[in-house]
Amino acid sequence: MNRYRADLHVHTVLSPCGDLEMSPVNIVSIAARKGIDILGITDHNSTKHVALIKKLAEKEGIFVIGGAEVTTREEIHCLALFENNDSLVKFQQFLDAHLADVKNKPDIFGHQVVVNAEDIILEEEEKLLISATSKSLDEVQQFVHQLDGLFIPAHIDRPSYSMFSQLGFIPPDLKADALEISKQVSEEEMRSKHPELHDFTLIGCSDAHYPEQIGSRTSIFEMQHRSLSEIRKALAGEEGRKVWMKEVGSK
Amino acid sequence: MTAAEMVNKLDLQVFSGENGLDREVSGGYVSDLLSDVMGNADEGQVWITLQTHKNVMAIASLKELAAVILVNGHKPDEDAAAQSNEEDIPLLGTPLSAFDITGKLYELIHK
Repeated sequence: MNRYRADLHVHTVLSPCGDLEMSPVNIVSIAARKGIDILGITDHNSTKHVALIKKLAEKEGIFVIGGAEVTTREEIHCLALFENNDSLVKFQQFLDAHLADVKNKPDIFGHQVVVNAEDIILEEEEKLLISATSKSLDEVQQFVHQLDGLFIPAHIDRPSYSMFSQLGFIPPDLKADALEISKQVSEEEMRSKHPELHDFTLIGCSDAHYPEQIGSRTSIFEMQHRSLSEIRKALAGEEGRKVWMKEVGSK
Repeated sequence: MTAAEMVNKLDLQVFSGENGLDREVSGGYVSDLLSDVMGNADEGQVWITLQTHKNVMAIASLKELAAVILVNGHKPDEDAAAQSNEEDIPLLGTPLSAFDITGKLYELIHK
């Protein structure tokens, strides 16, 4: 078995709240410097920077799974992560079809730009990416799994846009591959406060919006090699694969 | 009716955004889902909600709402109040429930 360091929740400059320095080139070089082996690219409701980052990251030996931080109808943020390009394309079509048609006002929410490897702006996304899709938590989960992706509700402890803030509880029949907790809380605290989480795997990610935040919280995957199916096994604790969180500040 | 008149008649607390109290109130919208307000509220309406965070003011500004009323005695987060001052959109409060304050506001507007 091998150990891999993963940060599965990173925003780019495409997210309105993402720093302008979060260009694909910068993200990949910082991730490489910080020893990230597996990188999840998750802009709000858009996959449009995933392909370029994947290409750039390959040269650095970083495995990228991309998708989005999708907003459900209940305004719950969930990570949707895919390995193959076909699923990614289908998921982007899903977002295009179901994200609310509200225009971004950059002076209020920030710019939403797609750039190339030279940091030249290729496209300014007009739809406000932090609005919600019209699909429910269950519908999003089902679609992500249909596309063979990972479905991971994000920062479940946070006071807004989280499963706890929006629903008040974790649905007992929730079919999630894992749950992400934010940097504000340790796994130990979360588990002692919420014993109902015992059936779920918890992971930690940086939720980086600024360069210095990349890799500020990571999870370690112990598995055979880097692929989505191995990651899924590790999250489920199958066949000797496992995952654990690196606590903030720990080496 | 201006937001200031509404404050007087409904006995609302003014948390912030006093400079916007001369805004004209055209109607109201009740929702706690920000995306719903984004999609369905109209300019000049008063938004009645229990959400207290900063994004409330971003939506209020995007939709050019007349004011926001927080129900059930909720108080705004500090950065929400600061944003309300910046945008000159009054952030108001009432101890009443969304149902009760909506009923009173509806009567005021439609009588």
